[in-house]
Amino acid sequence: MRRRHFVLGIGLVFGLIVLAVAGRLSPTYYTGLMTEALILGIFAVSLNLLLGHTGLPSLGHSAYFGVAGYTTAILSLRLAQSSWVSASAGIVVSVSVAAIYGLLALRTAGVYFMMITLALAQVLWGIAFGWRSMTGGDDGLPGIARPDLGALVPWSLQSPANFFTAVLIVFIIVMGALSLVVHSPFGYALRGIRESEARMDCLGYHVWLHKYVAVLIAGGVAGIAGILFVYYHGFVSPAELSLVLSAEGLLMVILGGAGTLFGPVLGATVVVFLRNLVSGYTERWLSVLGLVYLLVVLCAPNGILGAIRGRIPGWLSQEAEA
Amino acid sequence: MDFWIVQSLNGIAFGMLLFLLAAGLSLVFGLMRIVNLTHGSFYLLGAYIGFTVIGRTGSFLLAVVVVPLGIAALGLVMHRFLLRRFQGAELSQVLLTFGALFIFADVSLWYWGGYSHVLSKPAFLAGSLTIGTIVFPAYRIFVIVTGVIIALLFWLILERTTLGSMIRAGVDDEEMVRGLGINTPRLFTAVFALGAFLAALSGIIGGPLVGAYPGADFEVLLLALVVVIIGGLGSIGGAFVGSLLVGLIDTFGRALVPELAMFTIFAPMAIILALRPRGLFGRIR
Repeated sequence: MRRRHFVLGIGLVFGLIVLAVAGRLSPTYYTGLMTEALILGIFAVSLNLLLGHTGLPSLGHSAYFGVAGYTTAILSLRLAQSSWVSASAGIVVSVSVAAIYGLLALRTAGVYFMMITLALAQVLWGIAFGWRSMTGGDDGLPGIARPDLGALVPWSLQSPANFFTAVLIVFIIVMGALSLVVHSPFGYALRGIRESEARMDCLGYHVWLHKYVAVLIAGGVAGIAGILFVYYHGFVSPAELSLVLSAEGLLMVILGGAGTLFGPVLGATVVVFLRNLVSGYTERWLSVLGLVYLLVVLCAPNGILGAIRGRIPGWLSQEAEA
Repeated sequence: MDFWIVQSLNGIAFGMLLFLLAAGLSLVFGLMRIVNLTHGSFYLLGAYIGFTVIGRTGSFLLAVVVVPLGIAALGLVMHRFLLRRFQGAELSQVLLTFGALFIFADVSLWYWGGYSHVLSKPAFLAGSLTIGTIVFPAYRIFVIVTGVIIALLFWLILERTTLGSMIRAGVDDEEMVRGLGINTPRLFTAVFALGAFLAALSGIIGGPLVGAYPGADFEVLLLALVVVIIGGLGSIGGAFVGSLLVGLIDTFGRALVPELAMFTIFAPMAIILALRPRGLFGRIR
């Protein structure tokens, strides 16, 4: 067991170094794609905490992603707050929305949960779409400047390579923290709830509270991804609150492998690179994406990592064992 | 005063359109627990194909009869060969219908282009009715009458026929119905096709009012979801009341506070969800 963790650690560090070097040395275009893959990877990982670990199929996860993005954008554009204030406020607001939505959605389960999370995310989408004077409506809000790190390190986040490195650092911190959560007694309890709520209830666990805390964490982490996304593009629009993004998150989680640690990141990477690859050849990207949805469900319901499990070293496909 | 009467009639007409759309979605959900995200695509395909059929033959009546049957066949194939094998796997079904939504949207964009098509009304409904000082388009009256007739038919089928009792029993307890020897997979496919039929029908009937354009599939899907959530999943009576409510709220919302048009629909839904998670007419199970 100890040796396995050692191998796991070495592998991880090695992988991250390769990633960091590759990201900084690649042509700008690929650095951009890798940045986006990491950001959407964080989003997918936060959704995976609900879907893969707790068994809560959220169909409105874009709510937290988008609301954090909009908060950051509105604070920095309309109220001229510093990026530290706007980004922190973004996280606070996404966790607060999760706190309210969690109260409503957790009264239901299963397919009702999907329906209600979808509807709740649409409330925010409706506000972003309709309230033109504040949110810019359909046009979104352009011109959001990236944070100035001048006081801390002599780095400009304007350069794609530096921004990639910053995102990678956030990514490592988030993955580390989530890995701790998933391997803590709390994480084991979540998987217990996924397998059998009634049994966990009998064992004396406060099932609702566990789920609620999972929703809060997932909302906050999705908010972090949303803020990075807005800084990356310098732009936020209702698309960041849409059902399309929520479903794409589900696709990433399932494509990579629900309940695994790195599966959702792999799924996000595949989707981001595939989109850019296919868009180069054809205008029919949406059809291809639709086919990917069908193929994933029909051919790889356990995801890429699930399909190749046992044929690769254990540490890569390790499930956070229940 | 006239403003309120005309807008109320507009709201009721829109509500009837929503009912055609939401009734199928609600039944499909209530019976087989599928969140069918292609429901809006059936609507849009119905409107687009209806546009082409009317353009080629000039007959609105032909389109109303033939196109929904074609879309019902499409729904039948989709359920029989794609969704049926995932019965009970709700997340897989959501992803499948979402993938199909993208494909239908992209194919329609490719064939019909990116602009809005408005279906032409049949000639005998082109005029308007004048009652006192109020002028109201005849076509909207037609939509209201059609909606009421379909609702009555639906109610008769559900309450008075064997098929209806099988469906109602299936909504209440699918396992028990299967235990009684009823071929539920076939029943499911039939209801799914019926939902597609109604969605396409509302696409054609709504075509002269709303039009067919890229993105309409999403818009009507969301409106139908709101109706179903407000009314209660699997309840036809709930779908009827919910449709009228949403139709009226949306019409008045657009007329009075256009900035908050979307919000005026979703906010009441969130409030109803908070108070009654199963909707107004949904049953606790």
